[in-house]
Amino acid sequence: MSHYSVWSVLREGLRGQTGWERAWRDPEPKPEYDVVIIGGGGHGLATAYYLAKNHGITNVAVVEKGWLGGGNTGRNTTIVRSNYSQPSSTQFYEHSLKLWENLSHDLNYNVMFSQRGQLGLFHNPAGRDAAAKRANTMMACGIEASLLSRDEVMNMVPHLDYSENARFPILGAMLQKRAGTARHDAVAWGFARGADNYGVDILQQTEVTGILREGGMVTGVETTKGTIRAKKVGVAVAGSTGHVMRMAGIDRLPIESHKLQAFVSEPLKPLLDCVIGYGAPGAHFYISQSDKGGMVFGGDLDFYNSYAQRGNLPIVQDVAECAMAILPCLGRVKLLRHWAGIMDMSMDGTHIMTKTPVDKLYLNAGWCYGGFKATPASGWHFADLIANDRPDNLTAAFSLDRFERGLTIDEKGMGPTPKLH
Amino acid sequence: MIRIKCPFCGIRDHSEFSYGGDATVEYPPLDASTEAWNEAVYQRANPRGPHREYWHHLNGCRSWLIVERDTLTHEVGTVEFAHPGLSEALK
Repeated sequence: MSHYSVWSVLREGLRGQTGWERAWRDPEPKPEYDVVIIGGGGHGLATAYYLAKNHGITNVAVVEKGWLGGGNTGRNTTIVRSNYSQPSSTQFYEHSLKLWENLSHDLNYNVMFSQRGQLGLFHNPAGRDAAAKRANTMMACGIEASLLSRDEVMNMVPHLDYSENARFPILGAMLQKRAGTARHDAVAWGFARGADNYGVDILQQTEVTGILREGGMVTGVETTKGTIRAKKVGVAVAGSTGHVMRMAGIDRLPIESHKLQAFVSEPLKPLLDCVIGYGAPGAHFYISQSDKGGMVFGGDLDFYNSYAQRGNLPIVQDVAECAMAILPCLGRVKLLRHWAGIMDMSMDGTHIMTKTPVDKLYLNAGWCYGGFKATPASGWHFADLIANDRPDNLTAAFSLDRFERGLTIDEKGMGPTPKLH
Repeated sequence: MIRIKCPFCGIRDHSEFSYGGDATVEYPPLDASTEAWNEAVYQRANPRGPHREYWHHLNGCRSWLIVERDTLTHEVGTVEFAHPGLSEALK
């Protein structure tokens, strides 16, 4: 693999861009690997990368039924933050944020991580209390957070709706300065190139059709390109978790599949230099502006179980209303595209990273709205779980048996109703 | 838009309804084991394909319905009242 640098850009500029190599190989599957990862999204590729980098396990295959990052990695609103109100979650996402901060250098691939800051608006005294509690939890975990007054928000983003008759009057906001956005495709590609450089085989257009087991232990996978034997198998297929785990005889999980839409507008001149989000009864919205100028935004789930990767119109209207409620200047902007990804909505709104009842089969699932920002830490800790066959301190809380033991991590206090998390 | 044929109101857009989750879940008696309650409260089959589920016709007749719907294609099959005696009573 050739190293990307300013010199390689200059050299190729002089050579008419003729010397660039493929970023990763397209190998045929070997008959056996030490570890097979099912799912070539950000999480699966990051897992393969950290298995090789942190644990020296390079005889690894990532098996992907479509193309890299074609699932939720390419279907999100690219926001990265670590402002959660449950300590185990905020610490996990903080580790992720720290990895994001050096990811472009680590991968030698520009993931365009931009720490432009995220404002979480609040609109009533209860919202202020919740924001203060969240900021306090973060600070207790050593993560910087601040509460801004209405005037400070006005200084920072003058074009929100601060009028007398605003639908959601803005009382202030919680700011996480280190939050931001990243280029989603580049994350998948960067991890793929990094993993491939260590010798990991990335097998695209290879669908897993069965998970092989002998005596309660996993022994490999059946794929559309033949049988691949493996000493260990990791599943990172959020959205299709139930479908894939059924192949291993695990029929029931604390997860429902729901679809979440995202939207991008036509490109605009620079309009918004931070990420803004808000949640109020009946409204949920988050928006940022991409480097190409498109306004990238999203809102709530479609609110019914679905595996269809396409959105429904009532939510388009809901999200448009949410946008107009805080950024009325968007009223004449045209929508360019909208799409939907399938979320693993877990029963407590928090992800699952665990060993399973099948020996040497590991599960990484249940990311709800939070999968993209988790990508590096998810790969880091899932690789650790697979390599050492035990959860580390940061992941022990995200076990599959936490529900039965009454140790749910319910960020919003919604109870076991996946669509509400 | 999904269209659901409410047995009382006729065909209506799904935006009139509120989704109520998996209708195959059976809750155990109150003194059942933790394991049985864990199954009922937390564990779901979450099928990719036909799914039996509750919908509440919230902005219509307010009946709870059991709808058979394919979670991949959104095709709606049978729709019936969730209350077992209601169809009979309305005849």
